[in-house]
Amino acid sequence: MSTSRPADSSAGAPAPHLQHHFTSPAQQFESVVLGMWLFLATEILLFGGLFCAYAVYRANHPEIFEYAHVYLSKSLGAVNTAILLVSSFTMASAVWAAQQSRARLLRIMLALTIACGLGFLGIKYVEYKHKWHEGLLWGKLYRPQHEAAPFSAHHAFEHGQTPPAAPTSAPGDTDVSWVFTPGDTGPRGLLAPGDTTPLVSPEPKVHNVQLFFGVYFALTGLHAVHVLAGLVLLGWTLWRAALGHFSAAYFTPVAMVGLYWHVVDLIWIYLFPLLYLIH
Amino acid sequence: MKAVVSTFPRSHVAAAEAGAAGDNYLTHAHGIRSWLFTIDHKRIGVMYLVSILAAFLLGGIFAILVRTELLTPGPTIVSADNYNRFFTLHGAIMVFLVIIPGIPAALGNFVLPIMLGAKDLAFPRLNLFSYHLWVLGALLAVLAIVTGSVDTGWTFYVPYATTTGMGGVVPVLLGAFVLGFSSIFTGLNFIVTIHKLRPPGMTWFRLPLFLWALYATAVIQILATPVLGVTVLLLIVERVLGLGIFQPGLGGDPVLYQHFFWFYSHPAVYIMILPAMGIVSEIVSVFSRKHIFGYHFIAFSSIAIALFGFFVWGHHMFVSGQSNLVTTIFSLLTYSVSIPSAVKVFNWLATMHGGSISLRTPMLYTLAFIFIFGIGGLTGLFLGALAANVHLHDTYFVVAHFHYVMMGGTLIAMIAGIHYWWPKMTGRMYSERLGQLSFAAVFLGFNLTFFPQFIMGSHGMPRRYYNYPPQFEFLHQLSTVGSYLMTVGFVLIAVYLLHSLFAGRRAPANPWGGATLEWHCASPPPAHNFDEPPPAGDPYDFNDLEYDARIGGYVYGTRPVAADSEPT
Repeated sequence: MSTSRPADSSAGAPAPHLQHHFTSPAQQFESVVLGMWLFLATEILLFGGLFCAYAVYRANHPEIFEYAHVYLSKSLGAVNTAILLVSSFTMASAVWAAQQSRARLLRIMLALTIACGLGFLGIKYVEYKHKWHEGLLWGKLYRPQHEAAPFSAHHAFEHGQTPPAAPTSAPGDTDVSWVFTPGDTGPRGLLAPGDTTPLVSPEPKVHNVQLFFGVYFALTGLHAVHVLAGLVLLGWTLWRAALGHFSAAYFTPVAMVGLYWHVVDLIWIYLFPLLYLIH
Repeated sequence: MKAVVSTFPRSHVAAAEAGAAGDNYLTHAHGIRSWLFTIDHKRIGVMYLVSILAAFLLGGIFAILVRTELLTPGPTIVSADNYNRFFTLHGAIMVFLVIIPGIPAALGNFVLPIMLGAKDLAFPRLNLFSYHLWVLGALLAVLAIVTGSVDTGWTFYVPYATTTGMGGVVPVLLGAFVLGFSSIFTGLNFIVTIHKLRPPGMTWFRLPLFLWALYATAVIQILATPVLGVTVLLLIVERVLGLGIFQPGLGGDPVLYQHFFWFYSHPAVYIMILPAMGIVSEIVSVFSRKHIFGYHFIAFSSIAIALFGFFVWGHHMFVSGQSNLVTTIFSLLTYSVSIPSAVKVFNWLATMHGGSISLRTPMLYTLAFIFIFGIGGLTGLFLGALAANVHLHDTYFVVAHFHYVMMGGTLIAMIAGIHYWWPKMTGRMYSERLGQLSFAAVFLGFNLTFFPQFIMGSHGMPRRYYNYPPQFEFLHQLSTVGSYLMTVGFVLIAVYLLHSLFAGRRAPANPWGGATLEWHCASPPPAHNFDEPPPAGDPYDFNDLEYDARIGGYVYGTRPVAADSEPT
């Protein structure tokens, strides 16, 4: 984050980026790196709470996750994973370019990383828009639409896979009549258009499907906010690179933004299988 | 009186003289902007201190309103709704704005780099940013008060926190989120500073114990606070958008919220108490004129408390529907925390044993800490025992217990620390006699306020109740009178400290005879602390310090400063 960047104010002539309370540029760089790693640890822990919520609900209600995850598009998720992996490569190249004082390569690689981040958010937007349209949202807003079948369910059907069978008996603790109404029926529309044979029970017995979408939107939403913050930081880095601030003598901001970007990528590497690739 | 021969390098003498001549961190720059946007850790520490004391005043006003309402059963001065608002605001303000940042952000900020022999924290701008985040958090708390306030209790339990009609819930949660990040950045700054900015010769085992305590605190701040961040974030989304993760009506699990909340908020108890223990370790040794007993044990017990503190959060939920196995394990682990805590207490007692104790104001408050923390800690064991907990859960016994630890522990140690470092921070001495008088009022008032609450709680008086049966009336009145007496003590402290700023005697560099490095620079310190770091010796070796009556402070005698002696 911008908050842990070393100051660029001038203190002494020999090393213009050295702050007065450090004795050497090496000490300053080591301090910034340690600070950044500590900050990244707090980021992991911030997501840790949500991963914990995921683990609790998945362990207590596996049927919700098996039932609901087919409504996410595996192909879009896979494309986004690929995009972020490529962006990690371009980011690493940008850091290398800065260390080698290759200014033009640095600018190109930063621009490519930004393009990948924007592409990721664009695809995320398409996915969110589809979920919004289908009413496959979190708790209070969960209102699955009957007429429009989720594309991933189509996809599964067209490839001859069996859509997930609803569990024949829900766990006793979920089978309570006072639970909020929209959650009781679960998403419908698993049928292909024109097909009259019900593949699954029209009233699936999976309760509280909105929990899956609550976890999905919380995790991916928080991640998207982090991607957005990363893009702002990358833009700032690119601007400074264009001004020629970075060279082998001073590349701390590029390296720190790079570390942050890698962690944001890493979190997605866990989100993709946990949310999209269940079973 | 022996001739005073300083064996410090000449530059320090020069720096001290320059400080006395007027160029110090207070006079180095002028104007309001030179304070609000300073990156000098000392000025940031002073701003934190002023702001935190202002928040303490606000939280204290709510406390007095609550205690006054409880003077009689039924309505006394406010309605039940307002009573709920007042105890919530008292708790939230005191926890998030006062006690958690109190010692590390105010006193720690000021003395950590100087004790270390550094010129500043590793990230001065991040430090300023932490302070600005604190101010933003405080403003959000004020916004919460004006937008309808909060009545959830400071723990914001769901589902009540998602359904209550009070309009201040979201602002106060945002405030807690922002304050959490303020705390994280302070902790991050401290860890990096202690790792990377130690000058040559300042080894880990020459660190003053206050720094070990701040280090252990910073570890908790970094590892626990992000979980609070995501928890209050989820609660905001829950309340605004109906996320459903914590809300039983939407299939969510309210006990999960309690787990998340206490996973932070129990370690947060150690964020509060560890720095307090650090201050006590300093003062006990200096005012006993005796080397601290068991340096390594005190240092490592700080780390042990920080680590054990992460595995006991479930003891807040013994009656929330955990399995028997889990409650038993949490109960056992809770007892484990008492071991390092007791190690510290016995080491302080051993330090005082045979020492030449001087009962100056900082030492009096420190003795109060040890006495009160003893009671607070031991009653924690009652609450950690499963059967007793079922009886005492959510009664005034719990209220009394955590006030004995948080207020009688942390806050009184903070007052001790303020008195101890006041001459260093301001360059002025306060009235010792009024200090001792304030101690008497605060110590008696505190025990009068909270000891009756142990009795009420064990007799079944539930916490947070507006009304109560008549048999509790006398104990409630004792408690309220005690809170008034304590208020008198605090007002007295404010008066004589403020008075000392204008009329106090000028402080010498080392009024108490401390051997840690902050006493090696002038009072108040120069803007950059040291031109070159002073030689780091044993921080508790007082043998060479001699009292010089002419300056009213201690100076080093003829023996050379032990730059290369082994720490013991």
